[in-house]
Amino acid sequence: MVAIIKYNAGNVQSVQYALQRIGVDSIVTDDVASIEGADKVIFPGVGHANAAMQYLRERQLDQLIVSLKQPVLGICLGLQLMCKHSEEGDTNCLGIFDEPVKLFPTSLTADQKIPQIGWNNIYDYHSTLFSGINENEFVYTVHSYYAALGAATVATTDYIIPYSAALEKDNFYAVQFHPEKSGKVGEQILKNFIIIS
Amino acid sequence: MRIENLNKSNHPSFLNPSNGSGRGLSKRIIPCLDIKDGRTVKGINFESIRDAGDPVELAILYSENGADELVFLDITATIEKRKTLVELVKRIAANINIPFTVGGGISSVEDVALLLQNGADKVSVNTAAFKNPSLLKQLSNEFGSQCVVLAIDTKKEADGEWYVYLNGGRTKTDTKTIEWAKEAVALGAGEILLTSMNNDGTKNGFALDITAQLSSSLPVPVIASGGAGSMEHFKEVFDTGKADAALAASIFHYKEIEILALKKYLSDNHVRVRLY
Repeated sequence: MVAIIKYNAGNVQSVQYALQRIGVDSIVTDDVASIEGADKVIFPGVGHANAAMQYLRERQLDQLIVSLKQPVLGICLGLQLMCKHSEEGDTNCLGIFDEPVKLFPTSLTADQKIPQIGWNNIYDYHSTLFSGINENEFVYTVHSYYAALGAATVATTDYIIPYSAALEKDNFYAVQFHPEKSGKVGEQILKNFIIIS
Repeated sequence: MRIENLNKSNHPSFLNPSNGSGRGLSKRIIPCLDIKDGRTVKGINFESIRDAGDPVELAILYSENGADELVFLDITATIEKRKTLVELVKRIAANINIPFTVGGGISSVEDVALLLQNGADKVSVNTAAFKNPSLLKQLSNEFGSQCVVLAIDTKKEADGEWYVYLNGGRTKTDTKTIEWAKEAVALGAGEILLTSMNNDGTKNGFALDITAQLSSSLPVPVIASGGAGSMEHFKEVFDTGKADAALAASIFHYKEIEILALKKYLSDNHVRVRLY
């Protein structure tokens, strides 16, 4: 069973639907025992870092997430919250990854908008999350803040600057893009996460 | 499991994003489906699906044939029948694996909450936001500006200026489109869906001047709509119109242009699009 962490950040339902489409059962929950007992945990989210961290702390979900031993997948804001600090609201986050989360710099060419909305390429994979995925495949992404490149970077995307499309450390995995909205490529990435043992 | 380079490549890490090749954010192609009482309207003709009136079947077909995103515009008049929209949104979200926007008659935070909770990725607001601009602020605070699309119907008048129209183009205002767009973005609109009433239905091409003006002066993406009749029109609206995305309805529904062929054409002509 996959537990999808329920908190005050949208998009939870889409993740559950995406798992349904690949035949995987999941529950959306903020219950500590259910999350601890799950085979896999998904930590999704779209929203504001500060509000989300506050919500997680009030329910001690912050301590729970960092203590999990099973494979955990952060998505979008989930990835950013798994980092140490975000410039969004000057927020201290969970600290699983050391990579800092920053606001995209204003582009020199001015034809690159913020937020980045749409389909962009991922490349330079270093994780089984990307098994069977061709270099430079397109994924759907929506964000104004990004995790910088660093030791935990396992896939890269270029937008204004190159940044971490995915991070991995021990049992913690995270993607900046939305696999649940990224067509067949996204489905394969979710399948790859599900079969991690 | 963390592993060493899965797929060795020697691509330079940073390529010109305005190129048809290389890496970077791509231009989006967005089919728009008009929905009434939970069904698609207009005589859409697709022999490959069982029920052309079912928006979900059409949505799946488009998502498998190169669409980057979908817009569902609900033109249902009555509030009772709008409830079928929520059921529809749920079915769309369960069945398609690309993002979608829902618009039409949305006027409150509650309307939006219901649509997002049931799986919509974004909502588009139009007349209600113009009449009550604080709605944009409320929506972006509550849900984030990434899911707030401001739709503007615009018309070029005899004085050469583009003005905002409301109520599906029936009501003229004295507000210039560029002014409203700037205010809306400052309030929290995360994207602008711009429909030119002068061009809509003509198949003579998009309104390049106002699209370029908005796209160059706003920090958020602009989706151009109205006037698509040929593949060249899409190239123009990306190159000259500086649009981030282009939306069309009938030319896709009637298969005058197939999305995959359009994307191949754009890519061959140095517009970055998602191919696969």
